[in-house]
Amino acid sequence: MIRTPLRPLARILQARDRGENPDTIERENIRARHEEMRDKSRRRAEGRLFVLGLFFLFAFATIGARMGTLANSEPVEPRAGAAGAQILAQRADIVDRKGRILATNFETHSLYAQPQQMIEPERAADALVKIFPDLERDRLVKDFTGKRKFLWIKRKISPEQKQAVHDIGEPGLLFGPREMRLYPNGALAAHILGGASFGEEGVNSAEVIGVAGVEKQFDARLRDPARGHEPLTLSIDLSVQAAVERVLHGGMTIMNARGAAAVLMDVETGELIALASLPDFDPNDRPLPPSEGLPSDSLIFNRAVQGLYELGSTFKIFTMAQALDLGLVNPSTMINTQGPLRWGKFKIRDFHNYGPELSATKVIVKSSNIGTARVAQMIGVKRQQEFLGRLGLLEPTSLELFEAPNAKPLTPKKWSELSLMTISYGHGLSSSPLHLAAGYATLANGGYKVEPTLLRQPRNQRGAQVISQEAAAMSLRMLREVVTDGTASLGEVTGYAVGGKTGTADKPKTHGGGYYEDKVIATFASVFPAHDPKYVLVVTLDEPSENSGDEPRRTAGWTAVPVAAEIIRRVAPLMGLRPEIEPLAPTGITEVSQLAE
Amino acid sequence: MRSMFYALTVAVVIAMAFWAYHENYKTQEAQARAEGVQQEISDARARLRMLRAEWAYLNRPDRLRDLAEINFDALGLLEIRPHQFGRVGEVAMPVEDILIIEEPIEVIDIIELRGEGGHFP
Repeated sequence: MIRTPLRPLARILQARDRGENPDTIERENIRARHEEMRDKSRRRAEGRLFVLGLFFLFAFATIGARMGTLANSEPVEPRAGAAGAQILAQRADIVDRKGRILATNFETHSLYAQPQQMIEPERAADALVKIFPDLERDRLVKDFTGKRKFLWIKRKISPEQKQAVHDIGEPGLLFGPREMRLYPNGALAAHILGGASFGEEGVNSAEVIGVAGVEKQFDARLRDPARGHEPLTLSIDLSVQAAVERVLHGGMTIMNARGAAAVLMDVETGELIALASLPDFDPNDRPLPPSEGLPSDSLIFNRAVQGLYELGSTFKIFTMAQALDLGLVNPSTMINTQGPLRWGKFKIRDFHNYGPELSATKVIVKSSNIGTARVAQMIGVKRQQEFLGRLGLLEPTSLELFEAPNAKPLTPKKWSELSLMTISYGHGLSSSPLHLAAGYATLANGGYKVEPTLLRQPRNQRGAQVISQEAAAMSLRMLREVVTDGTASLGEVTGYAVGGKTGTADKPKTHGGGYYEDKVIATFASVFPAHDPKYVLVVTLDEPSENSGDEPRRTAGWTAVPVAAEIIRRVAPLMGLRPEIEPLAPTGITEVSQLAE
Repeated sequence: MRSMFYALTVAVVIAMAFWAYHENYKTQEAQARAEGVQQEISDARARLRMLRAEWAYLNRPDRLRDLAEINFDALGLLEIRPHQFGRVGEVAMPVEDILIIEEPIEVIDIIELRGEGGHFP
């Protein structure tokens, strides 16, 4: 830096020449220099202040932001939160369509022992055996006096038992709280609910997990703490379910059947109003899967959903509905029923000989195997396969039940011309009663596909159109005639215009090799009221035999049909269905005039 | 003037401290009360669940059916049947009570009198 001199010689000489005091120049220069120095130091100070200000601003902003987040965030441990309520509502309730409880929780206690804290182990063991007769004294004494530090004695005890154990006065016997799943209706709807058991267990709590049925299917939903307070609403109606089970049980006893199943389904929504399988069990004390014998004979086997049976003539209406839809036949087309119908080595016979030919309606009404097989031949393998697939009869149903996805209908490995004919009248293809109910519901819903569901539905289903509305209506009229003039005459219930189809199929032998002579599966699939379908009911009896006559009668018309009729008589009023006088079928003249328009 | 200001500030600080101390204890008390109420609510909920379970257990269809059978003589309850449905039009209208005439007055004579050009009594 160049310093300007305080006394520049040139200016001093000039000032002397003019006779001025040269010192003023020096003072002037000193002043200028000082001013310069002052400005410089001020700039520096201002800079420092600015930096300091920035620093403070930053610091305050940080503190402010932190305070803001603290004020807005949830405190870590809410002291005034509803923590207690959530712990109690560990698993959501299950209720029926009207809010009646099907499954709830119940607080009980578990009993465990800490042997090192015991004072008189032998006396405690004696007293415990008196309270719980199923315990073994020797085993308890061995456990209490051995090296074990902890053992469970009972998973669930009642308040009375707890008090009795308390009265022993042994400090080594301790209680832990337990939530227990309670099914207040006992065996009612057992196969739907399934059951629950304990998962991970601790002293202070235990996980309750679903082991079957709805409990397992919706396990995550039921255990979700955020939704613990809202119950899971099923489509089942408790009183209808109770009536169905009662009548079905009575029917099963009278008809000497091994088992029975019933499916009652709302046609428009696909809701299952009742789903019963007998014999049943108490879900409060669910039996273990059988270690021997057939799984399908066990109590926990759901015949309505898991049971795959050849459902016999009930399938004929599907064949006929498809033929009507394709325009291959109309209800009065005459069909050759001359028997027996030979196909290679195989012969198709009818129960009775129905003469040389029958109209399409009569083929269904009289349940002619030959007639149906002839209609199936018109349809062909490919179209039949595709149609049954669209009806949902070749895949497991989408029912919200843990067991449902495993119930895949059994179809022939090679869908030959012979399979085509046997399947047309319900042999060679095994499906569950639920599949059948869904198929009938689709016919009754104007040909729109209906998926069965166990959850309450807010609105009607309208799936893909499987067959035309006209074909569906004609099939329903045929089903109605089966009850008024055909094989299901015992199914008539005054005021409810039941329409349906019977099916009696021989039971295949367990280890292969043909069919039993005297063991059948009798099924009645019905729709009511037939002129304005609301509900579909499928009743299946396993090995029924009605012995009131001279010889045992096993056909569905004598076994499943009266049971189904009684169910409808009992259940329809419960569902608020008012008996109606059936409108007359349109006469031929009106049909012609309608066509002329 | 300045000492006045200092004295006032000190007094305000002391007052604020006193207030904060009280507020602190009041908050703690309120929290304890809230916890108590919370506990009561969860107890009540547990009781409610228990009562609901008991209600469902006592109203299970099996038991009601048995009770209806045992008390058939007194109650005469049967299952609902289709013929029990009715229409509003089928319900009979209530029969109105006919007015009771307490002091009958003979009117035939009066009419006769009028016919003869007589006058009312």
